[in-house]
Amino acid sequence: MKHGNRPQRPLAGLRVAITGGTSGLGLALLNQFAEAGAAVAFIARDAERVARTAQELPGTHGFVGDVAKKDDIYPLATAIAGSLGGVDVLINNASDLGPVPLALLADTDCEDLERALATNLLGPFRLTKALLGALAASARIGRGAVVLNVSSDAAITPYPGWGAYGASKAGLHHLSRIWNEELSELGIRVLSRDPGDMDTPLHALAVPEADPASLRSPAESAQELISAIAEALPQPALLAGSTA
Amino acid sequence: MLAAADEPVQRPKDAKLLTVDSAGRVRHRLRSDFVDLLQPGDLLIANDAATLPASLAGVHLPTAAPVELRLAGRASLRPSDIHRFSAVVFGNGDWRSRTEDRPLPPLLSPGDQLALGPLSAKVEAILAHPRLIRLTFDASPDAIWAGLARHGRPIQYAHLSAPLAPWDSWTRIANLPAAFEPPSAGFVLDWRLLGALGARGVCFATLTHAAGISSTGDPALDARLPFDEPYVIPAATVAAIERAKEEGGCIIAIGTTVVRALEHAAAGGALCAGEGVATNRIGRDTPLRVADAIPSGVHEVGTSHFELLRAFAPDDIVQAADHALNLLRYRTHEFGDSVFLERFRPPLTELPSRPV
Repeated sequence: MKHGNRPQRPLAGLRVAITGGTSGLGLALLNQFAEAGAAVAFIARDAERVARTAQELPGTHGFVGDVAKKDDIYPLATAIAGSLGGVDVLINNASDLGPVPLALLADTDCEDLERALATNLLGPFRLTKALLGALAASARIGRGAVVLNVSSDAAITPYPGWGAYGASKAGLHHLSRIWNEELSELGIRVLSRDPGDMDTPLHALAVPEADPASLRSPAESAQELISAIAEALPQPALLAGSTA
Repeated sequence: MLAAADEPVQRPKDAKLLTVDSAGRVRHRLRSDFVDLLQPGDLLIANDAATLPASLAGVHLPTAAPVELRLAGRASLRPSDIHRFSAVVFGNGDWRSRTEDRPLPPLLSPGDQLALGPLSAKVEAILAHPRLIRLTFDASPDAIWAGLARHGRPIQYAHLSAPLAPWDSWTRIANLPAAFEPPSAGFVLDWRLLGALGARGVCFATLTHAAGISSTGDPALDARLPFDEPYVIPAATVAAIERAKEEGGCIIAIGTTVVRALEHAAAGGALCAGEGVATNRIGRDTPLRVADAIPSGVHEVGTSHFELLRAFAPDDIVQAADHALNLLRYRTHEFGDSVFLERFRPPLTELPSRPV
């Protein structure tokens, strides 16, 4: 990396994987990481949107898959780690709201809860586990490794009507905290962050009557999450950029 | 008699471990005692290659005949270097048939097109055997990664009771998808064991080596194994080796692929970090420059994996170990029992007692 008068690009060469990368917060993260010179792979369910997003952001690696499906996890992990040559950062962002419109728990179909748990809790667990070897390898060679799980204030506060989503995010939040304790010795940090109420398709599904002007922009939240990731990475790895 | 392990369990609770120490003494132990064999200051090195779904079902378009391709070689581990592979081709059949019984593929010629699920490939060359080809995929690197990941299956074994799922073929530490068959000596590792190593003062490091096909079922091809295998050794691993050697620790290379990569990278004298392609064969006469001990699976006499063990100990000791393995019916293959072989160190000749 050249220094001189150019502003330093601490994220250049970082290998980042993002789930749910074609809309809302995921797309904002993808844009900002790509802009910062990171190598980014993203996954989403819709093949057409994956292709279009990858085309609009040349150099990014788009793969089609659904983290809620067990049989998609290893193909996704293979494509992500293969195309990036390893993984330094995993962002479990893809989320499922549960019943739409939101419903009281007593009116929530079991299938809606199962889907929310599969996308918001089991999917991140499985994908993190499949990529744990890659993350640990990054940590071992000094690049650092971070898993960021996108949480919600609904993971902490029992909002009526948000039962499926809130329970699944609460599970993810606690999973993150335990994993962070267990993996810190390996040099892997696991973060759980609430990006706030944003103007995204998911929020529009949940609260259709919300005034978009009252909501945060996904770009603003993405900026905060990226700062949290950068802080959790060892500084020498950031300065060295790509050293694989 | 050795018995084939037929369940895809990576860490069976009753797994056995035959140890041969540096004086040639043979002992039977439980593999759960593995950590006890290591001393503070030792360095354990594993191959962290994830296993590619290297078996591709498809059709040879000129004849419309079904084929199974098993990817078997690649020039480097760079993410974009994914177009060209060598591959072993089988005719019709599936994982239940022993490879020895699989028919030849249709006669293959350079230029032939192969339809492999979402991928298409062209035969570039026949590599001096009707089953062995070089091929090129016709797509962008990302489309090839996606196609392999979606359509490929782990290479299967007829001795198993059920087909392997991808997760059966990845070690716990699987990193870069690079191996054609699992670096299965690494199945012994889980995160709890790595934690126990740390607590004991044993260091851990990795390299990534494209472990190749272990057997093709064809004697002429098997005689050419192992094929060339690309690898990458991180600078941090070389530094850890130098540190351990300086401080008198042993270098314990988990499996034949780690030995092959380390000894290839050290062939010029000093061990070099970075990329390489292992073309070496390790056997009876190979001087070992890096590895002091090898935990490995149980292999049958005559296989390239077994022959590699002869670099660690003289024939009579290797023979005694093989006899002990057979006597207690150790289980062979990927999900079988293990051996732990220390490099033989002849006892110092006793000095004649000083005349009084």
